[in-house]
Amino acid sequence: MEISLTVNGEARTSDVEPRLLLVHYLRTVLGLTGTNVGCDTSSCGACTVLIDGESVKSCTVLAVQADGLDVTTIEGLAPSAEEMHPMQQAFREHHGLQCGYCTPGMVLAAVSLLAENPSPTERDVRLGLEGNLCRCTGYHNIVKAVLAAAGQQVSP
Amino acid sequence: MIPAAFDYKRAPSVYDACELLSQYGDDAKLLAGGHSLLPLMKLRLATPSVLIDVGRLTNLSYVLDAGDEIQIGALTRHHTLETDPLLKAECPLLAHAASHVGDPQVRHRGTLGGTLAHGDPASDLPAVVLALNGTMVIRGPRGQREVAATDFFTGFLETALEPDEMLIQVRLPKTGGAGWSFQKFNRRAQDWAIVGVAYAHGHGVGLINMGPTPMRASAVEQALSSGASAADAAAVAAEGTDPSADLNASVEFRRHLAQVLVRRALVEAGV
Repeated sequence: MEISLTVNGEARTSDVEPRLLLVHYLRTVLGLTGTNVGCDTSSCGACTVLIDGESVKSCTVLAVQADGLDVTTIEGLAPSAEEMHPMQQAFREHHGLQCGYCTPGMVLAAVSLLAENPSPTERDVRLGLEGNLCRCTGYHNIVKAVLAAAGQQVSP
Repeated sequence: MIPAAFDYKRAPSVYDACELLSQYGDDAKLLAGGHSLLPLMKLRLATPSVLIDVGRLTNLSYVLDAGDEIQIGALTRHHTLETDPLLKAECPLLAHAASHVGDPQVRHRGTLGGTLAHGDPASDLPAVVLALNGTMVIRGPRGQREVAATDFFTGFLETALEPDEMLIQVRLPKTGGAGWSFQKFNRRAQDWAIVGVAYAHGHGVGLINMGPTPMRASAVEQALSSGASAADAAAVAAEGTDPSADLNASVEFRRHLAQVLVRRALVEAGV
């Protein structure tokens, strides 16, 4: 089936099998391997991307369901090759990553969280990242990074 | 994990969805948000040969004030339920419970109609709709009909929907400031409820994961209507239930949890 969608601001048209998952479309058809596959069961959040600005788990969305929609992956977040997105910058400054595997999904989930709740409490951030697992950091620095990206003072 | 191959049809209307269901019968499944169906298909526990995508029927995504009741379109997403001002004010049990389904990403995709039509006893919202004495509005080739929530869940992952019918709307009473509670017991964030309880004062008590279908705690309701205290009513919470054992809990633990959670729910709701 032919689908046409926007990925990271670029119009894309592809002929795909209906059973192709969005995450596999992004990784294997478009070569955008920044979106990771973790659990493959919509639990871990490593495959999180934005569809029309909202976080979704791309292992549980068919590519054909994204036909006509606007998809953002980690590759499309930064405004340019020289400049990071504020959320990426905050993760860097507050050491919100260690191995990095969960990071693309974590950053996109956090972007979606702030779009819905620009002034979250620490608890809001922890609940809002419920769908993303990190096995390295213990979450504290991720939470700090998201609060910092929301313009809040956090301890170093 | 990759689903088995299937044909994909996009239904431009409820009418077309029912026509396609009539045409393909038991081999077809409706696809809404896909967050119950696609995981089953990836595990090959479900292998429909045709998927009929109704996810774009945006005219079935709404929360309407209809006098004494609230009408909710079947394709209303959990995220909308948890943030809708009318539901927060007039049916807070549903808005609150919706905020506990899965995680934010799941709530961005999953729909009320999808979770109800899936009929999983471990899901949160069937118990809520049962507790509220909701009504399911169903459309099919023979027209429209209404089914009480208490008659809707007929077996494990089975509902009163005929193979050519589609759930299009859920009607719930306005509960305003009446007491309510939602208790979901799990061990880790985003996990399914090991056992859960939904209570709506003046309406009913719904149980999560206490049998092959979403169910009412009928014994508790009878005890309450004859004036029992919260503790006495909660003591009979496991009566008439048929929970199963799994890695998370034994049958005995679930029966115990039901009593504990019903007591907490009744106390929180001011019974």
